[in-house]
Amino acid sequence: MASSILKAVIDGVLTGGVYALMAAGLTLIFGVMDIINIAQGVLVVLAAYLSYVLSTQLGIDLFVGLLITVPTLFVVGVVVEWAFIRRLAGRERTAMSILVTYAVAIIIEGLLIRQFSTDYVQLNAWYVDRSFRLLGLYLPYIYVFGFALAAALLAALYMVLYRTRFGRSVRAAMQDRSAARLVGVNVERVATLTFGLGVAVTAAGGMVFGATNAFNPNSGYDLISRLLTIVILGGMGSIGGALGAAVFMLTLEDVVSVVWSPTWSTLVFFAALVIVLSVKPTGLFGRAAARAQ
Amino acid sequence: MSERVVAAAEEGQVVELRRSGRRPRAVANGVRAAAILVALVVLAVFPLVFSNPAVTTIAFFTLVFMTSTTAWNGFAGYSGYIPLGHAVFFGTGAYTLAIVAQDLHMPGGYGVFWLVPLAGAAALVVAIPFGLIALRTRRHTFVVITIAIFFIFQLLSFNLGITQGSSGIQTPTPPWFGGAFNIPFYYVGAVILVLSIAVSWFIRRSRFGLQTLAIRDDEDRARGLGVQVGRVKLVGYVISAIPVGMVGALYAYFIGQIFPQSAFDPLFDITIALMAFLGGLGTVSGPLLGALVLEPLQQYFTVSDPSYYLIAYGALFLIVILALPRGVVPTVGAWIGNRRARRAAPSPAAAGEASGGAPGGTRYAATVRSGE
Repeated sequence: MASSILKAVIDGVLTGGVYALMAAGLTLIFGVMDIINIAQGVLVVLAAYLSYVLSTQLGIDLFVGLLITVPTLFVVGVVVEWAFIRRLAGRERTAMSILVTYAVAIIIEGLLIRQFSTDYVQLNAWYVDRSFRLLGLYLPYIYVFGFALAAALLAALYMVLYRTRFGRSVRAAMQDRSAARLVGVNVERVATLTFGLGVAVTAAGGMVFGATNAFNPNSGYDLISRLLTIVILGGMGSIGGALGAAVFMLTLEDVVSVVWSPTWSTLVFFAALVIVLSVKPTGLFGRAAARAQ
Repeated sequence: MSERVVAAAEEGQVVELRRSGRRPRAVANGVRAAAILVALVVLAVFPLVFSNPAVTTIAFFTLVFMTSTTAWNGFAGYSGYIPLGHAVFFGTGAYTLAIVAQDLHMPGGYGVFWLVPLAGAAALVVAIPFGLIALRTRRHTFVVITIAIFFIFQLLSFNLGITQGSSGIQTPTPPWFGGAFNIPFYYVGAVILVLSIAVSWFIRRSRFGLQTLAIRDDEDRARGLGVQVGRVKLVGYVISAIPVGMVGALYAYFIGQIFPQSAFDPLFDITIALMAFLGGLGTVSGPLLGALVLEPLQQYFTVSDPSYYLIAYGALFLIVILALPRGVVPTVGAWIGNRRARRAAPSPAAAGEASGGAPGGTRYAATVRSGE
């Protein structure tokens, strides 16, 4: 029992890293633009399908394929922002953004169903179904590789945000849009690029998700509800909070599934959100008051 | 349009805040009463005139969604909170009817319809804790927490013994069949719809409704002015849940069998939100119009190909939000109001003389309530 709990914790941390990557994209978009991208979940699935096509049709390795899928998803994100989200204005912008991205999500879902049907598929490679022994536990290679990829990309994201001029503009826009505009930041351009960036990091997460889970075009709903839970628990707009919340939640889910039952682990995931928000409406790591937003 | 009024006032023109045009209020009310009467008659005789079961089936589903959208709008449209978890009440109502009918071994018949108010009560009971938790948060967090609670209910219905998991529950089979099968369902749905509209209309005109609108405009200021925001929001939320639970039960009885994924459907909320947005959020007639247009369309697409339906629905949604962000009814209302105002006052000078108003002043008709 103790060793299976240890394994659950390790699995939770490793998959939590991947969810952290996907949630980072979502929370970054929220922080800069004050909108929620409901389409993030289905974009993860879209990225997974792209990796699927590249690996099954062209025989490109999953990790090499990221060189194609990540830029592609960046372009998709930029187009969605430019075509739809930029055009929203006014008091109802937040609510509208949820509905618009929801609409984008169901369009992409419909297109994926037309193309791939609702049958479940899973990405395959040598490292997907092989494991190695560590401390008496079997760990699948893909979990470790996925975690390493997520860690590398999060580090890269950190470098972009804190070491480049663009990153400084992004952080300025996150702190205060109009002040950033006053000091010469092109907030519209920053918003578009941030949206693209937030979607692009998700593409990498989508590949690992597709390799560790069977998925179909409807998987986006489950994903987005988890990602939103993570982002809210982490305090919206806080990337560090999203990382902490992702690892915490995935570990919690895995441990519950071992000590209680896999049936109820997903429930615990959402119940944690409800309980935390009932006690602390700003989320686990939130500083800015979610109530006053 | 209020900006226009403010601008006019700043220019020193006389601004009159009253209904525009030369039509006296009594006549407008008479026209409205006649329109309501006609709508009621159409609602009553529709299945008798169009008795084709395919048509009455679509009519029944349209009633279900008109009711749900009206109820949802009664909270979302007036308070500015956008809940995406009303499928919880739909599913609660559906399962209430299915489980109670099964446990009591109820035979199919008119008696089962008595469970519909019970389902409304079940939705009310569920809505109170749901609202207490969700309404502690605002804006994005509120939307997301309603989605999260929705998923909790869907998971529960998949996994609890009482809902019999993914095998679903059968509801009693009505003893009537053939061409007239849909008729009783249609009329029960019509009654619930009329009641929901009456409630929505009443809220819009009540002190309670004004308090809700104040929360939409500025919650903190409303609180400062003495509105008990917590209570107003919760009451509005609970009221909006009841009709959704009732039509959920009716839906379960009509379909004959319910499953977790059909009772707790993530598309349900986005569907009613789209209907309300298309017609005009926060108006009484807008959501009705939205459902009346979209539900038959949805039925048509679902029959032909569900994936086309998703694409067409999403595309339509984008067009509506980007082209008519306020919805059809407010946009058309403002357009008519402007036209009428322009006709009443062709040019400032002429209007000043013709209407015998204040010397040199312009009569500005601000159609404050053009939204209905």
